[in-house]
Amino acid sequence: MRRHASALGQQALLILLCIVSLYPLWFILQTALKTQQDYTRNPTDLPAPFSLQSFAAVFRAMPFAQWTLNSALVALVSVAAATVIALLAAYAVAFGRFRGQTTFLSLNIALMALPPVALVVPLFTVMVQVGLINTLPSVMLVYTGLLIPFSVFFLTNFLRELPLDVIEAATIDGASHPRILLRIVLPLSLATLFTLIVVNTIWVWNELLFALVFLQNNDGRTVMAGLALFQGRYSVNEPLMMAGAFLSILPLLILYLFSQRAFVRGMTSGIGK
Amino acid sequence: MMLRRPRQLWPYLFILPALIALAGTFAYPLAAVIRFSFYAGSVGDLTYVGTMNYQGLFQDPDFLQSILNNLKLLLTVPVMTVLALLIALVLNSQVKGWRHYRAIVFLPYILPATAIGLSFSYLLSGNGVLNTLLRNHGIGFLARDWLGSAANVVPTIGSVIIWQQLGFGIVVFVAALLAVPTELVEAARIDGATGWQIQWSILVPNIRRTIEFFVIVEAITVLSSIFTYVYVLTKGGPANTSSVMEFYIFQNGFENGAIGAASAAVVVLLVLASIFIGIYLRLQARAVRVAR
Repeated sequence: MRRHASALGQQALLILLCIVSLYPLWFILQTALKTQQDYTRNPTDLPAPFSLQSFAAVFRAMPFAQWTLNSALVALVSVAAATVIALLAAYAVAFGRFRGQTTFLSLNIALMALPPVALVVPLFTVMVQVGLINTLPSVMLVYTGLLIPFSVFFLTNFLRELPLDVIEAATIDGASHPRILLRIVLPLSLATLFTLIVVNTIWVWNELLFALVFLQNNDGRTVMAGLALFQGRYSVNEPLMMAGAFLSILPLLILYLFSQRAFVRGMTSGIGK
Repeated sequence: MMLRRPRQLWPYLFILPALIALAGTFAYPLAAVIRFSFYAGSVGDLTYVGTMNYQGLFQDPDFLQSILNNLKLLLTVPVMTVLALLIALVLNSQVKGWRHYRAIVFLPYILPATAIGLSFSYLLSGNGVLNTLLRNHGIGFLARDWLGSAANVVPTIGSVIIWQQLGFGIVVFVAALLAVPTELVEAARIDGATGWQIQWSILVPNIRRTIEFFVIVEAITVLSSIFTYVYVLTKGGPANTSSVMEFYIFQNGFENGAIGAASAAVVVLLVLASIFIGIYLRLQARAVRVAR
């Protein structure tokens, strides 16, 4: 009997926790589906009537489609570049022998934890000098660099678990290292690379500071920077802002539904045992 | 001296692209920011001012407020750690549907702080959802100006941070608890230990290393990666009472054009962060030793 009561208590606690976890997200969707008058009258209730007006308005009031395209391009290029660069480095750390091997890995771990804000002022001046400010390549370059430490750390941890004798046998057979990487290691790493790509893509998609500072043309922004800046202009149009916020989250939600394990494994990998 | 094995050249070629990227993204900017911290003026027109920027920082009430706020927000770390640990223990006791609960509580952690900040700015405004709910349920005396008053704003930002980071802690702790050997728990049970005794004296000490890791990772996060919350929720207001070091650096570097002051603030932030980064490196080194 007591056991039963405690199980009920636990379920109640967990359900409450789920409500608290989901409510801000639910609020975004619910508000996005309201008209502005409806929201002003009743900020807490369900939409009455349901309205898709705000979703349509997002594309008229802001260059939202362009922002989304920008975010996608930036994510694609920087994540791809960082993955290739980090895979090469991690392969060397896991299977090679060179001076400074442990120092190189420790350096990457330390840089993983470095505050990005420390870099933003000097990198801005560099981008101004080379004429890349207000262009997407400015953030693509910086994001690529910022993603490398975690990617090297994550891939090295994985590659070290691979059986060394497979690699050694291939070396003895005369296969070159680029060939071993492509033919043997890469096929074994696909699931891990997928996890890394998911985590890095989310990081780039969600990044605000560099996007805000480096991309100052209205059409040239990423989704997050665009939304953050339009907050001031449309703060009294809650349904419009929430529709924009919901659209910015939607790709992440879909990805999470289909690859929850990759998210969890990748995002918790900075915590060792 | 003859080398027994041929010197390997290929690893250097393989790490070269990463080294170039790290030099450009981290080494050069860090060197430049330290240099800037001793100069005043704008980039084309810098004058050496010695330690003036540093002296200015510690006489600037906005900077002192920013550091103080970062330190106050560090208090969210013990709170989220204890909460996450308690919830992880409940989930670990094989509650029905625990996998689903875990998936739901992890969700906030992946969401963009910008979108979440927008949502909370409406939920927590003067006539926002939270205050409306409180007033409609006869507990209107609890309603506050959560983001607009100097007394409430930092705890409010802290609560939003806890809301987003909690699921991360829960997931990490549940994974560690699942890895505790069942024999340990069985042996304690045979010795007559009850539920909570097992939890506190067997399970929690067994995941001590994971808890230490989590605390350090979160301390680094709260010290150096909460710009988005402050920017979207308050822009440092009211009257700069909710500014943090990152926001101070952003404001001085880009809105006030005070590169020297911003860079000196970066150096102070780096000194503070390096304490935690040093501990984090030691924990990672220990994790490698344990794994071998």
